[in-house]
Amino acid sequence: MNAPQEKGREMTPTAPRTVTSSELLSVVASRELASRRTVFAGIGLPTLATELARLTVAPQIEVVYESGVCGAHPSHLPETIADAVLISGAEAVLSMPALFGCVLQGGHIDVGFLGAAQIDRWGNLNTSVIGDWESPTVRLPGSGGAVEVMANSHEVFVVMRRHDLRSFTGTLDFCTTPGPDRALAEGIRPLGAGVTRVITELGILARAGVGEELTLIAVHPGVTVEQVREATGWDLKVSDTVGTVAPPTGAELRLLREDVDPGRVYLR
Amino acid sequence: MTTDTVRATSTHSPRSTVERTDTADGAGKVMSMKEAVAAFVHDGATVSLEGFTHLVPTAAGHEIIRQGRKDLTVVRMTADIVVDQMLAAGCVSRLVSSFVGNSSAGSLGELRRRIERADPAPLFFEEYSHYGMVCRYLAGSQRLPFYPLRSYGGSDLPSVNSDLRKVTSPYPGPGGEQEQIYVVPPVNPDVTIIHAQRADRRGNTQIWGLTGIQAEAVYAADKAIVVVEEVVGGEVVRSDPNRTLVPSHAVDAVVVCPRGAHPSFAQGYYDRDNAFYRAWSHISKDPERLRAWLDEWVYATADHAEYVDKLGEDFWAGLAVGEALSEPVNYGRRM
Repeated sequence: MNAPQEKGREMTPTAPRTVTSSELLSVVASRELASRRTVFAGIGLPTLATELARLTVAPQIEVVYESGVCGAHPSHLPETIADAVLISGAEAVLSMPALFGCVLQGGHIDVGFLGAAQIDRWGNLNTSVIGDWESPTVRLPGSGGAVEVMANSHEVFVVMRRHDLRSFTGTLDFCTTPGPDRALAEGIRPLGAGVTRVITELGILARAGVGEELTLIAVHPGVTVEQVREATGWDLKVSDTVGTVAPPTGAELRLLREDVDPGRVYLR
Repeated sequence: MTTDTVRATSTHSPRSTVERTDTADGAGKVMSMKEAVAAFVHDGATVSLEGFTHLVPTAAGHEIIRQGRKDLTVVRMTADIVVDQMLAAGCVSRLVSSFVGNSSAGSLGELRRRIERADPAPLFFEEYSHYGMVCRYLAGSQRLPFYPLRSYGGSDLPSVNSDLRKVTSPYPGPGGEQEQIYVVPPVNPDVTIIHAQRADRRGNTQIWGLTGIQAEAVYAADKAIVVVEEVVGGEVVRSDPNRTLVPSHAVDAVVVCPRGAHPSFAQGYYDRDNAFYRAWSHISKDPERLRAWLDEWVYATADHAEYVDKLGEDFWAGLAVGEALSEPVNYGRRM
């Protein structure tokens, strides 16, 4: 985990256009999916990452959507997790009890993708409120299936568009979705490792599992370790061998722009 | 089997006094939306509206608004636009949900005002995760006292929802120790309303595409209203019995209401109106604009047919879908 795989990546010229934040996050997340088989993903950046991974490092990947769709073969890029194009031609459509009970809780998911308004050093997540739960400053949508994705996926990747003190906090306003350390402290044995990767606009944080905290393992070109520390609301642990993330290659960007999201539905 | 024998074990809610005539052809169950809501949705009731993004029973929500129901407890996994509209119309005092957002298209303005500022009135909110809601329906449909799940360990949700409780397993786990596990209580709505592609007149309901939690939500309830795109003959249903998600014994009312799931979609009938989902974030952000929307599209329309006409055929042409037929299967017959 301390030796980021990005270091040895062969450099090819990047595409002429400027790389957007969405493109950068999607490409980096897609690389992390190498050798993974079943991925539980929402719509947006996780869609781009998993579709790009299918075309590059993980041709065997199967995406399971929260709506119950497995093995989707969409004719168009889906706009929601329940888009009709995900259902037509899919390999299976499951009921909610089957999806959450058998697929997730049954331990069939290798990687779950989650987002959050706030994350802490152990990878616990807040998607419920900013401020106090009883009278919040901002009421957020809440868990959805995030509590179950965290508790039951073998590992969880978090993609955060913003890396700042508001999102990377020392103390969550509310812990909607606990990682395994919080569960264990309460006497509940979790199935998975919790968050193992956090991919942000500044770099990549990694965490091996129970008892480990998030550690900075790589920064994007032009970003310093100090910048990441200043944008993180706790005393960030930094790997001894922190690397530089290889920029998106021309091939990766071409696939993303021309094959995965030609209409720039999520690449905006 | 009659509804009464199936639900005889329910001790959670008194049966409605509404009488219905269950004739052999099911004619007693087929009714207008107005009649169904008047008969089965009462002030103060617990009402489940299910449909996971697909087949959202929007038209039923609008009729509840037209009839001015008050003090409802709404149970819905993904509280989205229809819930925001019912909140704005003053129908709802309590919400039980695991996702309170406008899909991925932005916020629910009224819901946020109610929760963040008690404006214009507080909203009592019971917060769950998706599987917590699923397990509440599973317990409710099976008349169990609780249902266990591997969620909530270490979460702050039990600190704000005292119905999330921990029990000790009566059986030894893999390591010999008796493990701790969270449980959720059953939910038994007074009435569950779902939208479906088709049913026969007796209420045998067929759904394809995303089937969500609809069957369990119906079985958990005291009464069930099924809103359909079309009523078909019993022989159509019986040509493909595996597609029946809810059998007639669990259904009290069949309401024919084409396009009644708009702005959500009905697989094979019409597509999702993504533009309206995006627009709702702006409409609902301004209470005046939201009120004007309700006036124009709900209160000023007599029923959903008027709402559909008002949108116009050009609009519906934009949501039309082409054919993607399944291969027929052979159920076989004794030679």
